[in-house]
Amino acid sequence: MDITVKILRYNPEKDTQPYFQDFKLQGISGDWRLLDVLHEIKWKHDGTLTFRRSCAHGICGSDGMKINGKNRLACSLLLKDMNTNKPITIEPLPSLPIIKDLVVDMSSFFQKYEVIKPYLINKTPPPANSERLQSNEDAEMLFESAKCILCACCTTSCPSTWTNENYLGPAALLKAYRFAYDTRDDAADERLDIIDNPDGIWRCHTIFNCIEACPKEINITWHISQLKKRISTKEA
Amino acid sequence: MVQNFDVVIIGAGGAGLRAAVEIPKEYSCAVLSKVFPPRSHTGTAQGGVCAALANMEDDSWENHAYDTVKGSDYLGDQDCIEVMCKDAIRAIMELEHMGMPFSRNEDGKIAQRFFGGHTRPVDPNEPNGKRVAVKRSCYSADRTGHVMLHTLYETCIKNQVNFFSEYFVTDLIVEDGVCKGVIAMDIATSEIHTFHAKAVIFATGGYGRVFRITSNAHVGTGDGYALCYNNGLPLEDMEFFQFHPTGLWKLGILVSEAARGEGGILKNKDGERFMARYAPTVMDLAPRDMVSRAIISEIREGRGIRGSDGTDYVYLDVSHLGKEVIDDKLPEITGFARTYLGVEPTKEPIPIQPTAHYAMGGIPTNVNGEVLLNEKGDIVKGLYAAGECACVSVHGANRLGTNSLLDLVVFGRRTGKAVTEFVKNNDYAPMPADAAEKSKKIINDIFNKSGSEKVVTLRTELQDTMMVDCGVFRNEADLKKMVEKVKEIKERAKNISIQDKGKVFNTDLMEAIELDNLIVTAEATVNSAYARQESRGAHTREDFPKRDDVNWMKHTFAFKNPNGDEPILKYKPVTLTRFTPMERKY
Ligand SMILES: Cc1cc2nc3c(=O)[nH]c(=O)nc-3n(C[C@H](O)[C@H](O)[C@H](O)COP(=O)(O)OP(=O)(O)OC[C@H]3O[C@@H](n4cnc5c(N)ncnc54)[C@H](O)[C@@H]3O)c2cc1C
Ligand code: SF4
Ligand code: SF4
Ligand code: FES
Repeated sequence: MDITVKILRYNPEKDTQPYFQDFKLQGISGDWRLLDVLHEIKWKHDGTLTFRRSCAHGICGSDGMKINGKNRLACSLLLKDMNTNKPITIEPLPSLPIIKDLVVDMSSFFQKYEVIKPYLINKTPPPANSERLQSNEDAEMLFESAKCILCACCTTSCPSTWTNENYLGPAALLKAYRFAYDTRDDAADERLDIIDNPDGIWRCHTIFNCIEACPKEINITWHISQLKKRISTKEA
Repeated sequence: MVQNFDVVIIGAGGAGLRAAVEIPKEYSCAVLSKVFPPRSHTGTAQGGVCAALANMEDDSWENHAYDTVKGSDYLGDQDCIEVMCKDAIRAIMELEHMGMPFSRNEDGKIAQRFFGGHTRPVDPNEPNGKRVAVKRSCYSADRTGHVMLHTLYETCIKNQVNFFSEYFVTDLIVEDGVCKGVIAMDIATSEIHTFHAKAVIFATGGYGRVFRITSNAHVGTGDGYALCYNNGLPLEDMEFFQFHPTGLWKLGILVSEAARGEGGILKNKDGERFMARYAPTVMDLAPRDMVSRAIISEIREGRGIRGSDGTDYVYLDVSHLGKEVIDDKLPEITGFARTYLGVEPTKEPIPIQPTAHYAMGGIPTNVNGEVLLNEKGDIVKGLYAAGECACVSVHGANRLGTNSLLDLVVFGRRTGKAVTEFVKNNDYAPMPADAAEKSKKIINDIFNKSGSEKVVTLRTELQDTMMVDCGVFRNEADLKKMVEKVKEIKERAKNISIQDKGKVFNTDLMEAIELDNLIVTAEATVNSAYARQESRGAHTREDFPKRDDVNWMKHTFAFKNPNGDEPILKYKPVTLTRFTPMERKY
């Protein structure tokens, strides 16, 4: 098939502002990933086109970008699942500073992640030669949240993040759940205190953009609502 | 800019992060990675990490060592294998204590499942008697590597490890057998930094991208191998590259052995469970080299299925496992089949073909991660390596599934400990003033070249020919052809020009440097393979179909030839302890 791809370009060494550039490609097969399309452009048409990628199958979180208005991973989206009669629009993840083309500055995203203390805190020494016991049901309570690949598709799609840059955002809150609900963790209260503030969990107005954006199909708002309930019962 | 650190670790996958956790706070330590740590390739590992915990059934570290030695086709150094298998149990407990979320058994202990090549003797007093598959692989659904990588990264955040993310290492400074540091480019600005260090650890991962069909990430370009080799250090056993039997057709994306561990079976065009003919006792759970050869043999004998792209595949069938098992235990990999091939694994078989997966060879080290200067066992002062880029050697000619993640944490930790001892007792070796000049020149040359060659053309030619002439089956004529092809590509690479001449996040430039690294790994691989006139593990020579312990039970050490010709090959004996080499049958 023939397709047109419209990419938001920006090179700080040359451009004062981002602009759209069209690329027309011929003879492309429907089972191509959008990442293959970006490679085709970079390798055959314009070597300056810049984007991050690594695993190419949706597990490393490198290539989150805005594709036809929605945050997606370029490597997890196939052309045959899109409307290719119209140009495909590709932009960097919204609300983060652009470094070049589709590459954004992720530092604020990672800072927010670090705020919630994303590591197990356990105040008793572990048993000498065995694991801490945990039922499989309790373990599985964590699995969905632990699937997160830190791609930032959710946080950068969240209207609350756009209007308040201090809002922790869904990815960080999800990580708070990951540890607060781990039966082996002793610092749930510490974490709940961190997120229990106007820039924390209460900025979430359950608008669901994040869920729609998540390539790992994590029900982020369910996890956030569990945290909200827990904070409310704690305070009550 | 010059910066000083007691320890510089290159790579933030499982091996690099585990080493970083080990360095005490009183020593300054920098971890450099060309991608954000959680983007590292370790995160793609699916199936599991093994240890003889005996949580599900009887097992022992000796069983594990036996399997690893046998799996390695007796090329693994048995003393090192013993170290790894003994330490495995502690290593898994440590990951659990760090917070790694494991799947659990009914007692709340870590759950374990079957994996290829992991067995136990039916009669514990008869290790060489009949053996059956054993549940030894610890897992977290099919995201074991992902949660392991995240757990280690989280532990590093807790320990306030100093990360230099998106720093691309371009040179290693080593003089007269002493390592002094590395040169790295800050990708965001192209600024060149000199990292002066007492000790450097390479944990740069594999080089699967040298082959056309691979399970490896785009960043798996063998940078660490090339940096060592170009600085006169040897690469060990590079002819042993593992092809995983079950890559998604066309794409090479891995379908973990866990699919077979849970009961998935391989079928040919006639629906026959063909592994019954190749490995009558363990069948689909035979080690990877054997299953890959079996698949290619089926295809060659006309029992494969011809795909629309002109390549052939066979089927991996999990549909009989039922939706519940599939959704519970194999959600990620069956998702790949759905997304990328439009196949519904609960109803239809998945088209698969062998995919280049894992480098058994690499930068030679001893059990403490110290890099060897030569085949005699002398070491490079201050230089260490761990993880896939290193060759201890615990995997010999063929790695067993789940032994790599284990290798990362066992040897990552041991290396961290050895480095800590080293920096305690040693000072900085002086860094030459012009250390960064070579990297600057390489980059300037790439910018200034206006030749007609393109990175993508050369890389594709290299990958295509490596797949055909240095793949699952090899022979003298093909390898000779490939030796010449590598020379040709090396020459043509001198004429590369790139389009992006900017300083900000220049991935065009990175790809050009990565291509040079791939060419180096190809050179070492194909020349080592050409020389080895036997079949052992993953190295299968059609013209020498038998293993030859008399002449070839030894490790290859490939050194760069200063005059640019084929590498100089030397050999080091294999260390045997308690396991006598036998014919490998399953
Ligand atoms: C799809 C797949 C599934 C697998 N499943 C399993 C499994 O179930 N069990 C198992 O045991 N093994 C498995 N393996 C193998 C195992 O995952 C890898 O061997 C292992 O993760 C490698 O880890 P590492 O720490 O050595 O390197 P990686 O995790 O590859 O990390 C390499 C690091 O080096 C950095 N780096 C590289 N070059 C440079 C440079 N020039 N400058 C700066 N930084 C650099 C990268 O940024 C990265 O951080 C699997 C492999 C694949 C591909
Ligand atoms: S549900 Fe909450 S976190 Fe998700 S997009 Fe809406 S406001 Fe943001
Ligand atoms: S929750 Fe989903 S969208 Fe958000 S960072 Fe994690 S994987 Fe990405
Ligand atoms: S490249 Fe890894 S998630 Fe897309």
